Amino acid sequence: MNDMTVMDSTVEAQRTKMAAQNVNVYYGDTHAIKDVNVEIEDKTVTAFIGPSGCGKSTFLRCLNRMNDTIDICRVTGDILLEGEDIYDKRVDPVQLRAQVGMVFQKPNPFPKSIYDNVAYGPRIHGLAKNKADLDEIVERSLRRGAIWDEVKDRLQSPGTGLSGGQQQRLCIARAVATEPEVLLMDEPCSALDPIATAQVEELIDELRESYSVVIVTHSMQQAARVSQKTAFFHLGNLVEFGPTGQIFTNPEDPRTESYITGRIG
Amino acid sequence: MTDASMDNPPPARARSLRQADANTRRRNAAEKRFRAYGMVAILTGLFFLTVLFVSIIRSGAPAFTRTVVNVEFTLTQDQMDAAESELFKTKAYSNLFIAALQGKLEERGMSVEFDEAAIERLLGKVGGTLRAHYKEFPDDVGKPVPFELAASSRVDGYYKGRVNRETLQDSRFLQLSDLDLVDALEEAQIIKQAFSWTFITGADSGVDNPGGAGIGAAVVGSFFMMLVVLVLSLPIGVAASIYLEEFAPQNRFTDLIEVNISNLAAVPSIVFGILGLAVFIQFMHLPQSAPLVGGLVLSLMTLPTIIISTRASLKAVPPSIRDAALGVGASKMQAVFHHVLPLAAPGILTGTIIGLAQALGETAPLLLIGMVGFVARGYPDGFVAGFTEPNSAMPAQIYTWAARADASFYEKAWGGIIILLAFLLTMNIIAIILRRRFERRW
Repeated sequence: MNDMTVMDSTVEAQRTKMAAQNVNVYYGDTHAIKDVNVEIEDKTVTAFIGPSGCGKSTFLRCLNRMNDTIDICRVTGDILLEGEDIYDKRVDPVQLRAQVGMVFQKPNPFPKSIYDNVAYGPRIHGLAKNKADLDEIVERSLRRGAIWDEVKDRLQSPGTGLSGGQQQRLCIARAVATEPEVLLMDEPCSALDPIATAQVEELIDELRESYSVVIVTHSMQQAARVSQKTAFFHLGNLVEFGPTGQIFTNPEDPRTESYITGRIG
Repeated sequence: MTDASMDNPPPARARSLRQADANTRRRNAAEKRFRAYGMVAILTGLFFLTVLFVSIIRSGAPAFTRTVVNVEFTLTQDQMDAAESELFKTKAYSNLFIAALQGKLEERGMSVEFDEAAIERLLGKVGGTLRAHYKEFPDDVGKPVPFELAASSRVDGYYKGRVNRETLQDSRFLQLSDLDLVDALEEAQIIKQAFSWTFITGADSGVDNPGGAGIGAAVVGSFFMMLVVLVLSLPIGVAASIYLEEFAPQNRFTDLIEVNISNLAAVPSIVFGILGLAVFIQFMHLPQSAPLVGGLVLSLMTLPTIIISTRASLKAVPPSIRDAALGVGASKMQAVFHHVLPLAAPGILTGTIIGLAQALGETAPLLLIGMVGFVARGYPDGFVAGFTEPNSAMPAQIYTWAARADASFYEKAWGGIIILLAFLLTMNIIAIILRRRFERRW
């Protein structure tokens, strides 16, 4: 595997899409995220890596305020989307989540038809004027989710009847159907077999053309394969953040090096 | 590592796998015993269920039949004029009927002596019934009209084995000589058992007329109460559970509410009855004995059951569904109503049916708001009146009957239980159909 060096050439400077400034997250008394500063670029895949419990998923969930649903969770600091603080009092988290979509660790299609799964987001946000419009959005999203060819003949069959990999791609299609600006993925491949993983990774690379993608992953190979920027989290701290190639080949921090070479984690 | 171990043949084991060791044997025996216990438990349950059903049906079935006298009777215009000109008009009609009956018996070569008093003991005031019929249908005069007259409850009892010749003591209700007449009428195939629609559709009668008592009005009363319970407790209960489960903050106050809801579910129903009496009747001045009040009281009783079961089924919906909905930008309410609630619907329905079934069989709270002891002698007049006019409910009616002295009311009580169970079964079947429909949506 020569993954460790692939992405060097593709890194180009992009403008900043999201920025976290001095973000701290507390679960009750637990200080889960400590003073994190990260800049997430547009049309770039940013990977968050780190050992279990290091706070990378927690931080990801801050980016679209999914942590709001947890009562004891408290976030301080600023997270900016295109320069606007998403934790501002005037920001409606529901509106934010339409702009910052999310794909979860376990495929979680709605127990409805494939069509309704994808159409749900556009429907509640009023993105389609009529049925034909909606059909088009569904088809476009399923194509972007790289699953159209597999399901085009059975759009009315239940989404829960698909295989695990198909379900996850359906969830990605569902997330892109609302035309988000940023796509957050929380270990999207951890429940998938290698072939499905490869398909999803290929898809992530394609999604980069249109979106800013943030992916949390346990697999360092995966981070190396799909991302241009990598952030390494350890015990709630952001240890190192930089171009993927540099993180994997020439890390500045000894902890990063230890993790990547398998000594901690 | 694995390759290396593949090269060598596996070392011979001390014991063959084919031989179960002591530990395995003990475990298997324990499992076998447990299965046997389970079978015994189920069989015991089935046995008692069978006994219950057999005894209910055996005791209740006679309530669905009644003893009737079928006589074809012709009244000529002259007879009618003559009878109408007499002082005791119904007595004249009675005499005509007796003559006709005697004629029927003589046709078959039987002669039994009986007088007007005997006919009254057997069939009640026949003259009045006949006269009323011809007053209502004057066209029937001169034509043969088949009359079906209900026999008195004692005669009915003679047929169903409650009354027999050995134990009968002559009274003003029935005498030994009357039984000879009954036997003769039976031989002439004039008296027989017929299916009693009166029992299913009729209203309750007085204590002295068990034959005419029916459970129909009480069924209607129960139906209206169930409507009130359903309309009030389902939306309130589901809304309360959704709020508590999905929206309410977790603090000491909501904890307190939770504990109290659980406690309310265990409060004896008679407490709700006295609460209903104090609040709905004495304070709010709602009508006594009305299905509306009954329904309100039973709603109070059913609410905790519905809330507890709804919360349980909401909890059972995987959180990933909520995440999925929130992740595509649904509001919390959209997530709940579009995704969580439909998934919880079958469970909510089950809880509701359990609550309704409990409420349907409840008698104690009805005692206190005057729905027991009250005799519903007629049907409510219209839909709205169904809620506000005094009525009884099935369990209350059964209780009333069981408390009456006449043995034929006891039989009616069993019959009432059959109707109650049939009502319950209908409710359950509707619930199952609805459940299927909800589940088919996925």
